Amino acid sequence: MGMTITEKILADHASEREVEPGQIINVRIDIALGNDITAPIAISEFKKAGALKVFNREKIVLISDHFVPNKDIKSANQAKLLRDFAKEQNLTYYYEVGEMGIEHVLLPEKGIVLPGDMVIGADSHTCTYGALGAFSTGVGSTDLAAAMISGEAWLRVPETIKFVYTGKLNKWVSGKDLILYTIGDIGVDGALYKAMEFTGDVIENLPMASRFTMANMAIEAGGKNGIIVPDKTTEEYVTNRAKREYKFYYSDADARYCDLREYNVSRIEPQVAFPHLPENVKGISEVGNIPIDQVVIGSCTNGRLEDMRIAARILKGRKAAPYTRLIIIPATQWVYRQSMKEGLFDIFLDANAAISTPTCGPCLGGHMGVLAKGERAVATTNRNFVGRMGDPESEVYLANPAIAAASAVLGRIGSPEELQNPGEIDEV
Amino acid sequence: MRFKGRVWKFGADVDTDAIIPARYLNTSDPDELARHCMEDVDLSFAESVKQGDIIFAGKNFGCGSSREHAPIAIKAAGISCVVAKSFARIFYRNSFNMALPIMECPEAVDVTEAEDEVEIDLDRGEIINHTRHKTFSCQSIPPFMQELVESGGLMGYVTKKIISSP
Repeated sequence: MGMTITEKILADHASEREVEPGQIINVRIDIALGNDITAPIAISEFKKAGALKVFNREKIVLISDHFVPNKDIKSANQAKLLRDFAKEQNLTYYYEVGEMGIEHVLLPEKGIVLPGDMVIGADSHTCTYGALGAFSTGVGSTDLAAAMISGEAWLRVPETIKFVYTGKLNKWVSGKDLILYTIGDIGVDGALYKAMEFTGDVIENLPMASRFTMANMAIEAGGKNGIIVPDKTTEEYVTNRAKREYKFYYSDADARYCDLREYNVSRIEPQVAFPHLPENVKGISEVGNIPIDQVVIGSCTNGRLEDMRIAARILKGRKAAPYTRLIIIPATQWVYRQSMKEGLFDIFLDANAAISTPTCGPCLGGHMGVLAKGERAVATTNRNFVGRMGDPESEVYLANPAIAAASAVLGRIGSPEELQNPGEIDEV
Repeated sequence: MRFKGRVWKFGADVDTDAIIPARYLNTSDPDELARHCMEDVDLSFAESVKQGDIIFAGKNFGCGSSREHAPIAIKAAGISCVVAKSFARIFYRNSFNMALPIMECPEAVDVTEAEDEVEIDLDRGEIINHTRHKTFSCQSIPPFMQELVESGGLMGYVTKKIISSP
C-alpha cells in the first residue's frame, strides 16, 4: 500500500519503514518554535524539569512577535524571558525586534524551515510550512518544553483528506479565497485530527504566497497539518534560502485518503467569512451593505510582499473612506523594506493608511488596532471568533487583501470591481 | 481517577479566545488566567465556578489557538474534567500533556444539562448523571495517553524516559 507525503515524512522521522493512520509515534524534530506568548511557559517547564541545555541550539527557534514592540510591562517581561533564554542557550535563531517578523512568514523567508522537515511550533498556525512540503503542526508549550529537552515529539499519524482544485481562477481570487471556501464547505472541524493535502492544477500554478495562506488556515478546519507536494515553484523559493540539505517527498499514486473533495474554482468568487466562525463564508456578491470601521491588512496569513502589492494596486490614487481606519502591517522587516523600495508605502500613506512594524498585534486583539464595542473590521487575518480583535461585541470579517483594500476605500465590505477602473492583476 | 461535581454546559466550537481572551495572554499566571476564564461567553463563570465542577460542551471544544493558557485557566478555575462531543486537536494534546482529564462522549453531552450532578470514572470510561439517572460508557483513552496521565503529564513522562535511558 502506498503512502501520502504526510505519512512518508512521519515514517522517516520515526525511523519506521511505514506508518498507518491512528498509530502513535515518536518523531525526531528538525525545528521547534515558540513565541512570546507560548515560550514563557515552555521555558518555565524546561527549568522545572531540571534541564540545563537544549538538545540542539540550531533547532530551537524563539520569535517574539505577538505583543512586540512590547505593548505593556507584562509583555515586556515575557519577551525578556525569551531573550534571556536565547542568550543563555546561545540559540542560532532568535531575532530582535528590528530584524524579526511574524514567525510563520519569517521562518520560510530565512530558509529556517525547509521541504521534508518535521516541524512543531507552539503556535497553532505552525501548519503554514506545509506549503513547502514539510510536516508541520501546532502544539502546546509543554510539547515545546519536552522537544527542547529530548528533540522528540509524540504524534498520532493522521488520516489524510485530499483536496483537488481544478479550473480557472476568477479575478481577485487567491489562496485565501480557496481556503475560506474549503472551510465553508467542510466546517471548522471538517478536518479534525486530519491532514489536508491540497492538490490539482490550480495548486500547481499557485505562487508560494498563496500556498502559504492555504496551509496556514488548515487549523481553521481543525486540521493537524496542511500540505502541498513540492515542485518547481517550491524549488525556486527554497534554493537560495536553504543553508542545509532538504528533501522532496511525494504522495504515492496508491496512497490512502479518507476523503476526496473536488472543487471547480471557476465557480469560486472572492470569499468573506462572517462573524463569528471562519466557516461562515459568503461570496462577495452575496455580502450586502455592511459598513465597517477598520481594515487590517497583514498577519501570518496575508502579510507577505505579494499581499502588500495587491493592496497597493487597489489603493493607488485612492483614500480610505472617512472615519475608516486602514492599518497595514508588512509581516517581516524584509517585506517592510521591500514594500518601501517598491513605493508601496507612498501609496499606502497617500491612502491615509497607518503602517506598522511587523507584529501579530491586532489579529488577536493584542495591540495596534483593537476594536471598540460595536465596531466592525475587515481583516486579512485568520480568525473571527467573538472578541478576537477586541471588545466581545465587535465583529471581524475575514477576506483577501484585494477585498480588504477595496472595503477600506468603500467604507463597507466590497469588491475592487465596485471602484472605478479597478485595474488588472496578473498574479494573486 | 473519579470525579463528582456540578455541570457547566457550553455549546459547540467553544474557541480558545472564549476560554481565555488573548488580551490576558501577557501573563501565564494560573490564578490570574482563571479569573478571566470564559468571560466573553459567561461573565458569571469565573466568579461562580466551584472546585470540582465539570464542563460539558458540544463538538470541537478548544478550537483555535495553541495557547496552553486555555487548559491552564480551566484547571486553575477548579474544573476537574471536561466532557465534550469532540475536542480540537491542540487542546486535546495540551490537556493530556498537562494532565487535565478530558473525555469525548457525545451521548452524555446530549442528555446532560447545566447544574446536573455527575460522576466520572476515568479508568472505566464511565459517566453517571445522578440528576437524570443515566449512565454512559465512553471511548477509552489510548494506552500511550494513559501512560502520559499516569506520569503526571508529558514532562513527567519525558523526565522518566531520560532518567531510565542508558
